[in-house]
Amino acid sequence: MRFIRRGALAGAALALALAAPVVLGQGSTVDEIAKYRAALQDGNPAELWEARGADLWRQKRGPKNVSLEQCDLGLGAGVVKGAYAKLPKYFADADRVMDLETRIVWCMVTLQGYAEAEAKKGPFGGPDRKSDMEAYVAYVTSESRGIKMDVSLRHSKEQEAFRLGEKMFYFRGGTHDFACATCHAEDGKRIRLQDLPNLTHTLGAQKAYTTWPAYRVSQGELRTFQWRLNDCFRQQRFPELIFASDASIALTMFLAYNANGAAFDAPAIKR
Amino acid sequence: MQLRHLTGALAAAIAVPAILIGCATAPSDAEVAAKATAMLKASFSERGQAKLDRLAQDDMQKTCSEYTGKVLPRDAAEKIEKANLAAIKWPADGKLLGDWKNGEKIAQEGRGMQYSDDPTGPVGANCYACHQLAPQELSFGTIGPSLYQFGKARGYNDEVRKYAYGKIYNADAYNACTNMPRFGHKGILTEQQIKDVTALLMDPDSPVNK
Repeated sequence: MRFIRRGALAGAALALALAAPVVLGQGSTVDEIAKYRAALQDGNPAELWEARGADLWRQKRGPKNVSLEQCDLGLGAGVVKGAYAKLPKYFADADRVMDLETRIVWCMVTLQGYAEAEAKKGPFGGPDRKSDMEAYVAYVTSESRGIKMDVSLRHSKEQEAFRLGEKMFYFRGGTHDFACATCHAEDGKRIRLQDLPNLTHTLGAQKAYTTWPAYRVSQGELRTFQWRLNDCFRQQRFPELIFASDASIALTMFLAYNANGAAFDAPAIKR
Repeated sequence: MQLRHLTGALAAAIAVPAILIGCATAPSDAEVAAKATAMLKASFSERGQAKLDRLAQDDMQKTCSEYTGKVLPRDAAEKIEKANLAAIKWPADGKLLGDWKNGEKIAQEGRGMQYSDDPTGPVGANCYACHQLAPQELSFGTIGPSLYQFGKARGYNDEVRKYAYGKIYNADAYNACTNMPRFGHKGILTEQQIKDVTALLMDPDSPVNK
């Protein structure tokens, strides 16, 4: 595997650590971070999650002891290639709009016989426990790499999800009056030194959406788009966004549709 | 405005297929808003100090959500500013400036009020997330304007001190629908903390004014 380039990663991290406190112009700090990010692209441990997910996908699991190979991700039973680039979408069998995670839960329930609560348990891994969901997502999304985002609003429920997601994006609340739009509706803004994508623009939404899921170096985990939304709301000082909830699907629909036309390029690697 | 462009294009994109599949009329904005409220309640769970009441919007949050990316009507802006200005509690002792060194710590501190934060732990203002302040700190954000030389540029007088304190306490009193949190109004910072951050901006000895 290509990712065994720890030396390069550690070297870049060290360079960043050394560069940060040095009192120079801010430009040089930003340059060092750009170099660090470039070095990260050299090898991506997300491959480990992709491989584990591909393996788990084919394993017979659950009360019914069947694999997920016949899961219909929207392009027909058993088709994984390119499926993620068209999600979220309306599924007639469930009569609702689903994102990838919600659809995987659906397949775990209908094909493998898991209880829904069981299928939704522990979607985000930590140091002592790996998440199967993150592995599934890594595998399925990797099968859309290079494929253009093509999310549809043909069905009325898809249109509704989009409009609800848009409302969510602009919803200000909590102790700090924050909405998604507080940080993500203008070009060229930063929090500290972190660049913020403008998700109301095609280019900003494309750049951000097509690079999730991602291996987060700072966390040593592969993180899904559900995780990304969950952690944004934590920082917004909101209560916890429920995994695979309607709001999470609607917001994903809003952002995925805005990213249409760009080639999907994940699992990626981020700081 | 580019945002409006996008919304307009989307509205057109939505309208055409809606007719094709025989949908009578697209749901009105009010219907979508009502659905969104119900969806929101069902999609979050309380965790730690972040209870579900944080999803209940006050007048400012409601109006400003509606007008993000659009032009806020003048009367709506005035209404928000008037109500928020009237709600500012000025210090009983009349002193507006605390200790700028504490103010700097508060400006650096990003923790506070998240469900992942210790409710008995520090609560900061995280000013540097969005503003440049002391020139020594290179890691600053750009969502808000640079506040470097805030006091020096505006003058060390009562009027500016009062504005600085009031702005930190409740920024919507001066600029309706600003992105800035209302640190006093929402109980994020204590009175003493607001005085300390005011000093960071207004004390001639503060690095912000060097």
